Amino acid sequence: MRDVAIIGVGQTPVDEHWTVGIRHLMLEAGLAALRDANIETVDAVYVGNMLSGEIAGQSHLGALAVDFMALNGAEAFKVEAACASGSAALRVGYMAVGSGLVDIVMVLGVEKMTDTSGRETTAALAAAADAEYEVSQGISFVALNALLMQRYMHEFGWKREDFAQFPVIAHANGAHNPHAMFQSPISAEAYARAPMIATPVGLLDASPVCDGAAAVVLAPAEFARTLNPAPVKIRASAIGMAPLAVHDRKDPLRLEAAIASSRKAYRQAEIGPDDLDFFELHDAFTIMAALSLEAAGFAERGKGVQLALDGEIAPQGRIPIATMGGLKARGHPVGATGIYQVVESVLQLRGLAGPNQIPDVRLGMTQNIGGSGATVITHILERMT
Amino acid sequence: MEAKVANDWRLRGQRYRLEGEVCDHCGVAIFPPRDICPACNKPAKTPVPLSGRGEVYTFSTIYSAPEGFEPYTPYTVALVKLEEGPVVTAQLTDVAPNDVRIGMPVEMVTRRLRTHGEDGTIVYGYKFRPSVRM
Repeated sequence: MRDVAIIGVGQTPVDEHWTVGIRHLMLEAGLAALRDANIETVDAVYVGNMLSGEIAGQSHLGALAVDFMALNGAEAFKVEAACASGSAALRVGYMAVGSGLVDIVMVLGVEKMTDTSGRETTAALAAAADAEYEVSQGISFVALNALLMQRYMHEFGWKREDFAQFPVIAHANGAHNPHAMFQSPISAEAYARAPMIATPVGLLDASPVCDGAAAVVLAPAEFARTLNPAPVKIRASAIGMAPLAVHDRKDPLRLEAAIASSRKAYRQAEIGPDDLDFFELHDAFTIMAALSLEAAGFAERGKGVQLALDGEIAPQGRIPIATMGGLKARGHPVGATGIYQVVESVLQLRGLAGPNQIPDVRLGMTQNIGGSGATVITHILERMT
Repeated sequence: MEAKVANDWRLRGQRYRLEGEVCDHCGVAIFPPRDICPACNKPAKTPVPLSGRGEVYTFSTIYSAPEGFEPYTPYTVALVKLEEGPVVTAQLTDVAPNDVRIGMPVEMVTRRLRTHGEDGTIVYGYKFRPSVRM
């Protein structure tokens, strides 16, 4: 294995992009990443996406991507792992460059979710769960997270309002991110008043349905610096798995896949949670943020919410999360999310995060969850000094 | 979502009788069937109908439903821990959302899950109601 570095990043704003389709989203993010890397072509493109077949009627995104970006000669295909598709594609790119089989790789994450009605998109997203034994019962993806949140509140004695600081802090950070879907702060009172989607998950517990694309360019670390003055090294790339359906997990409040994924990543990078300067976690729902903090070793079981209440997840806190708004405020275009997390982490490590810059950062971690926790993919990134 | 008739037919044993499996090696009850015991990883293909008695492990009342389930909102889904051990995802019925509690004893009943329009199939399956049998 050779070391792998990120030499370019690009992203579209996350929004309801009524005026552009999936191909133009890919084009905008991909070309931005090429410009940032100061190169004109790549050897391969791996596309992370979940729903293009269901929503746009467009599969075969790899071919579409290289065709429309005029990357003639590049190999390309799509990688799917539900909401973790973006990070799964990044892991494929990491393995391709790390193994020496491919030199320069673009990893694209893209999702277009707003061309269908809310109920159709909700049904398409539910396909991340067990079709025969969860979805057939009328369960939505939100409801699976609601089942976990309800049990968590029951077992550990938290109230719904105790979760408020997760979206409050995410929105405060999103307010300074020009690519975020939501760029205005929210209050704890607004959180408390939000309408219920599936009890106890309200509108402000949940990340929005939206469109977006993000891209990174990978190269062997040994010659990354000849291409970009501030490359970022991938110190770890790790996947953990758990049963697909929540009902098949021994203890649904332990994110086994996140625990396995985090431990593998820490071992690869030879670090522990205390060495990290920030953590871009998968706050698709407030309960997932709490469970992720516990799984990654920042809080004891049942105590993840305390970190939010104490402000330890804010930019000045012990472990800043969602530094550019997270899934809640930047938005969660599902197959693109893992790449947005990495793009934002690279901006932090290069010192280009603007008003949200965390001072003196060297090491950051991203964690992307597929489904209700069956696939969890972790990357640890380090500024190359 | 279109009706998937063959898929509904294949699942009839599970939907109508809560048919699971029992592991011949370690005796663990399994639902849904998976043919490999999750406890000991050995083959487990002996079918067994489960009692349908259990308790609510957690629940949620859905106000914003996926396509096909909107006419039924609000409805309550739960994870039900069966007395034999397995946990089932299912709707609760015959109970108001505000009366549902974690730990509440429930039992399986057969109810309509959804329809596929005027000319389509009606899908039946298990739901759980507060226990009336002692």
